[in-house]
Amino acid sequence: MNSLIPLLVAAPLAGAALLLLGGRRLDRFGHWLATAFAALSFAFGLALLASMLGRETAERQVDVNLFSWIPVNGFQADVGFQLDQLSITFVLLITGVGTLIHLYSVGYMAHDERRRRFFAYLNLFLAAMLLLVLADNYLLLYVGWEGVGLASYLLIGFWQHKPSAATAAKKAFLVNRVGDMGLSIAIMLMFAEFGSFAFGPLLGSEGTAGAVGQASEGKLTAIGLMLLLAACGKSAQVPLQSWLGDAMEGPTPVSALIHAATMVTAGVYLITRSASIFNLAPDAQTTVVVVGAVTLIFGAIVGCAKDDIKKALAGSTMSQIGYMILAAGLGPIGYVYAIMHLVTHGFFKAGLFLGAGSVMHGMNDEVNMRHYGGLRKYMPVTFVTFGLGYLAIIGFPGLSGFFSKDKIIEAAFAKGGTEGWILGGVTLLGAAITAFYMTRVMLLTFFGEKRWQPDAEGHEPHPHESPSTMKIPMIVLAFGSVFAGGLFTLNSSFLHWLEPVTGHAEGDSPLSPLTVTLITTLCMVAGVAVSYLMYGRSPVPVVPPVGSALTRAARRDLLQDDFNHAVLVRPGSALAAALVYFDSRGLDGFVNGLAATIGGVSSRLRRIQNGYVRSYALSMFGGTLVLVATTLLMRSV
Amino acid sequence: MNPVNYLYLAGLLFTIGASGVLIRRNAIVLFMCVELMLNASNLALVTFSRLHGNLDGQIIAFFTMVVAAAEVVVGLAIIVSIFRTRHSASVDDSNLMKL
Repeated sequence: MNSLIPLLVAAPLAGAALLLLGGRRLDRFGHWLATAFAALSFAFGLALLASMLGRETAERQVDVNLFSWIPVNGFQADVGFQLDQLSITFVLLITGVGTLIHLYSVGYMAHDERRRRFFAYLNLFLAAMLLLVLADNYLLLYVGWEGVGLASYLLIGFWQHKPSAATAAKKAFLVNRVGDMGLSIAIMLMFAEFGSFAFGPLLGSEGTAGAVGQASEGKLTAIGLMLLLAACGKSAQVPLQSWLGDAMEGPTPVSALIHAATMVTAGVYLITRSASIFNLAPDAQTTVVVVGAVTLIFGAIVGCAKDDIKKALAGSTMSQIGYMILAAGLGPIGYVYAIMHLVTHGFFKAGLFLGAGSVMHGMNDEVNMRHYGGLRKYMPVTFVTFGLGYLAIIGFPGLSGFFSKDKIIEAAFAKGGTEGWILGGVTLLGAAITAFYMTRVMLLTFFGEKRWQPDAEGHEPHPHESPSTMKIPMIVLAFGSVFAGGLFTLNSSFLHWLEPVTGHAEGDSPLSPLTVTLITTLCMVAGVAVSYLMYGRSPVPVVPPVGSALTRAARRDLLQDDFNHAVLVRPGSALAAALVYFDSRGLDGFVNGLAATIGGVSSRLRRIQNGYVRSYALSMFGGTLVLVATTLLMRSV
Repeated sequence: MNPVNYLYLAGLLFTIGASGVLIRRNAIVLFMCVELMLNASNLALVTFSRLHGNLDGQIIAFFTMVVAAAEVVVGLAIIVSIFRTRHSASVDDSNLMKL
């Protein structure tokens, strides 16, 4: 059974290789091949889950050492996999949602002539992400981490003929590189400090303490902060959030994949996996919480102002990942809920993105929500599935998001003291804003009157329901959005499932769970009500109103690019210009000056060689005279 | 007669020859000046032979004459061939070696 674990990664990897190397003859059925490989990986995951459920809690973790990768004296890197409750949760999310997105893409990308390549990249994405969550050491995790970065670059820039897509891909890659630096530094620190970067000896497993227990707090804080930097890059947290909005340039299934199943969840995984480090470094933990809280509000505000449906959803992702990072930063009281929210978010966010893609599919690729309106009659399936995803994300009682988000808010209050109140307040505010902007998206898209505009070539849009390859994934995900949260919370099943890996502690909340739930629901209702008053009762203008200063800033992603430009790009280019000046004037000036001096001197010396016999004779006479004179002089002395 | 006067004559002839080499352009005249210088040195050598009372200087003078004869043969051949190609005997015209 355990031999299936490497196959989890190998299946999509083989799919990617086959599709990329197979050539044109695979064009007709390559997409189905890729979907089959993804589904195969999912099936392996299910089999492994079944086998894991059959074992005692203490024996659930499985280690497979595949081969020795870099055996050097004093440095041992292995390719090995560790499958435990945390990994299998991610594996099922990645392959399950991933397979649905593959299926959806079959319909969505039907008319793209480079479809085979697209599916190859999708498979590569899954393989890299699976490697990331299955690795049993940080170095192999880093391989998957970089693979995810590469695949996201290829997919975001898939429509590379559009300059904006090419730029967005580069931006995502570069911003991610900053985070990757953090991870590589963290790995180097670990190796320097502990001589190893394997999870087992380093972090310890249940009952046995790892090497991190003996390290000083300062060192652990440094490692923790570097890991956090890495997580910020992949999970689009402040200050490395700027790539996420632009990443919407990729095809919509890619957005769904990045936001739900892969990529942005990597940061949350990294922090949860490194729980042993963070638990011993309170300062790093506090930083994690602050980053999560800031991003939570940041993303929510951006989501409120965007008219582009995908960018509004991107802001929402940022905000929801902020919830997860915040929960992970709370320590043992939050890890389980971070992962639980991650899984439920995977369902409803994938559903929302696929719904948005379906809307765009029917509206001639229009993304501006102010040009939608009244679509519920034309796309009933999309409307219902998107609506269920919407209810889930705002935390409508009984749906997935309600359970998982509620738990995070409870955990935030349970942090205790002033911190607890502040974090609780922030998460509640976030819940209210989430309800506001998601209701706005819903109202602008599906309700009100038609505001459709003809596209650039003058074609009126004819909204229509999407083909069934697109509808089925949306329906399945809608089921997940509705039931996953309840299923996880029933008998605290998810808590008991993950607790052996991440550990869990009950916090000491000043408010009873029921009170928190009531307040959360009230915040949600308030958000929905405000949004309804603003967008539901009066016609929505097609041209966006000027808006307040905050709105204008939020439309520009709260000036994140202006900030990066002013703080990083401009001093960077100034430094580069100064270096170029020093190089061309200083170094080259010295070398060129030397050459010019020697050249000038030699061209003067050259004049002696004038080709006249007489002048050579003169110099001979002169030389002889000098010789004779010197000889005589020496003799007389 | 004081043999030293021959040395003065030799010095005078040598100077005339050297100045001719430096000043004149015509290759034939230049060549004659070179011969003049050689003969001036021959005269000086013979005079030294007389002054010292041995034959060393005279022997060297014979050597010089042999070398001068050989030089004239080669030099005149060069001048003739240059004149054939350039229709000029001026040494300033043959300046292709100039950079």
